[in-house]
Amino acid sequence: MMGSKRLAARHAYTGVPRWIYTLAVLAALMVVLPLVAIVGRVDWANFLPLVTSESAVSALGLSLRTSAASTVLCVVLGVPLAVVLARGRFPFLGLLRSLVLLPLVLPPVVGGIALLYTFGRQGLLGGTMEVLGLQIAFSTTAVVLAQTFVALPFLVVSLEGALRTGGQRYEVVAATLGASPGTVFRRVTLPLVLPGLASGAVLSFARSLGEFGATLTFAGSLQGVTRTLPLEIYLQRETDPDAAVALSLVLVAVAVAVVALAYHRPAGAAPPGASSGKRPTAAATAGGQVT
Amino acid sequence: MTFSFQAAVGERGFDVSLSLGPAETVAVMGPNGAGKSTLLSVIAGLIRPDSGRAELDGRTLFQLGVVPSDGSDVAAVRGRGGQHHWTAPHLRGTALLAQEPLLFPHLPAVDNVAFGPRSAGTPKGRAKAEALHWLAEVEAADLAAHRPAELSGGQAQRVAVARALAADPGLLLLDEPMAALDIHSAPLLRRLLKRVLADRPAIIVTHDVLDALMLAGRVVILENGRVSEEGPTRQVLERPRSAFAAGLAGLNFVPGTLAGDGVLSRQGLHVAGHAEDPIPAGGAAAAVFPPSAVSVFLTDAHGSPRNSFQVTIRDLEPHGDQVRVRGEGMAADITPSALADLGLVPGMTVHFVVKAAAVSLYET
Repeated sequence: MMGSKRLAARHAYTGVPRWIYTLAVLAALMVVLPLVAIVGRVDWANFLPLVTSESAVSALGLSLRTSAASTVLCVVLGVPLAVVLARGRFPFLGLLRSLVLLPLVLPPVVGGIALLYTFGRQGLLGGTMEVLGLQIAFSTTAVVLAQTFVALPFLVVSLEGALRTGGQRYEVVAATLGASPGTVFRRVTLPLVLPGLASGAVLSFARSLGEFGATLTFAGSLQGVTRTLPLEIYLQRETDPDAAVALSLVLVAVAVAVVALAYHRPAGAAPPGASSGKRPTAAATAGGQVT
Repeated sequence: MTFSFQAAVGERGFDVSLSLGPAETVAVMGPNGAGKSTLLSVIAGLIRPDSGRAELDGRTLFQLGVVPSDGSDVAAVRGRGGQHHWTAPHLRGTALLAQEPLLFPHLPAVDNVAFGPRSAGTPKGRAKAEALHWLAEVEAADLAAHRPAELSGGQAQRVAVARALAADPGLLLLDEPMAALDIHSAPLLRRLLKRVLADRPAIIVTHDVLDALMLAGRVVILENGRVSEEGPTRQVLERPRSAFAAGLAGLNFVPGTLAGDGVLSRQGLHVAGHAEDPIPAGGAAAAVFPPSAVSVFLTDAHGSPRNSFQVTIRDLEPHGDQVRVRGEGMAADITPSALADLGLVPGMTVHFVVKAAAVSLYET
């Protein structure tokens, strides 16, 4: 049956004009060629020592820790926000949605400055923070906040899409069967959007891992404290280009793994309603990586 | 009385009163957009009416605004301090079974059925035992471990029935439960519903006269957001008082006022017939006759005591082994050979003739 399906696909009329293929190949090269270039430039003989140098390992460790923390923060804060955006009914909901998605299109360096004037010593909440004895700017916490700022919309967009496509019909049925709103959320809403939530979380993690502009502006570049892998790469590029290339390849590998994880689903795992949650995330990816 | 209900939703032009006795099943019928689904949604707590009051087994489901039906109710509301009351959907005990089964796709059938008991706080083991009991009750015990995606439409709807019953609802709401099923699964589900609805109150919205006859003792006809007619199912079908009910029963229905030996319709049509019960002169009455009693002639063939109406043919359609000839507000059943002899086509003007003895007149 599989064979006949494939055969049908090969013989079926597609109606795509030929010149489209030419431009499509150019587009694919646009993305693939730089990756090939970077792989070609890697100094394989010294690859291992380069990526295991003290500063590199420290930067990678920091990146993984902060990205994990910001992903958790994104899930904890993003799930309620997505639910409110998808299900809530109050004025200015559309405005709220646009504002929440702003970090997708905002240059991260602007985000960094905005965060600085929120949590910095001179910032909006700076006085409050100082009273509480908290010094956020230029700390590891600042790294996590900067990453959460840029990554949160990825989770919200992907989850809101899943919630909207799934609709409320199952939740309504659950309520008439006697389930309280809390039970409905736990036993019906969340399980149904789990694929959307998972891909949103993976994308948030990836975005956090690649964060550069906002981190540099808001958290600085202090080895072991705020210097994440992208910052380390940028720094090494001046002094040791081979190390920069080797570390870049590490990030490329992580990105490939993330994409594979987010877009590959075992067949039949996703419920029919929730699976299309990946569409908005694809759009978000396109608009998001402006580091 | 188990269930009493009165509610108005202004923007939908909905204003309905309804009550149910213990273990009574009521069929709600009516044209599309008449407010049937609104009725179920308001009962289940999915739509908040502007005003009204509903009570189920002595518990107030909602009490909003001023109840306009009669003075005593208004006084009762004021007497309780005029307080508004609203019970959330999950506390109402009004399980809703829709046209689609809507089984939770991530849970196997048995966990779907156990969902209601689990939500009510029943421990896992006992909830599962109850679920298996209800699955057996709907002849779906062998489907317990199946995921909803593996079930056919009829199987899924049976599991959905078990799920609704397992929640032990005080009132079961069924919104066209047979509409999405193929002709082979519908009879099995109808038989099953007849058995399980026998000892519990339920409201079933349906388009099918068969459902009303088999499952419900009483039928309520909704038209334009109001109850246009209600009564025991057989009586409504035998002596319909609304054009919609007459359509369900497959009868010609001419409403008007009593004039002489017949009914004078608003359009000026006089239909002679016989009344079993006396009707006051000038009172609202209807002339009702089956399409099978109507003969079709190309020319006016007067011969008392007969009714003859000039009718323009709108549609011709097969009806069993007859052909139904539809005109404005009236239909006739003729044989295919008669159709061929007369050469009828839509748009033709013909004469529908019916003996006065075949027309029943009664008060409406």
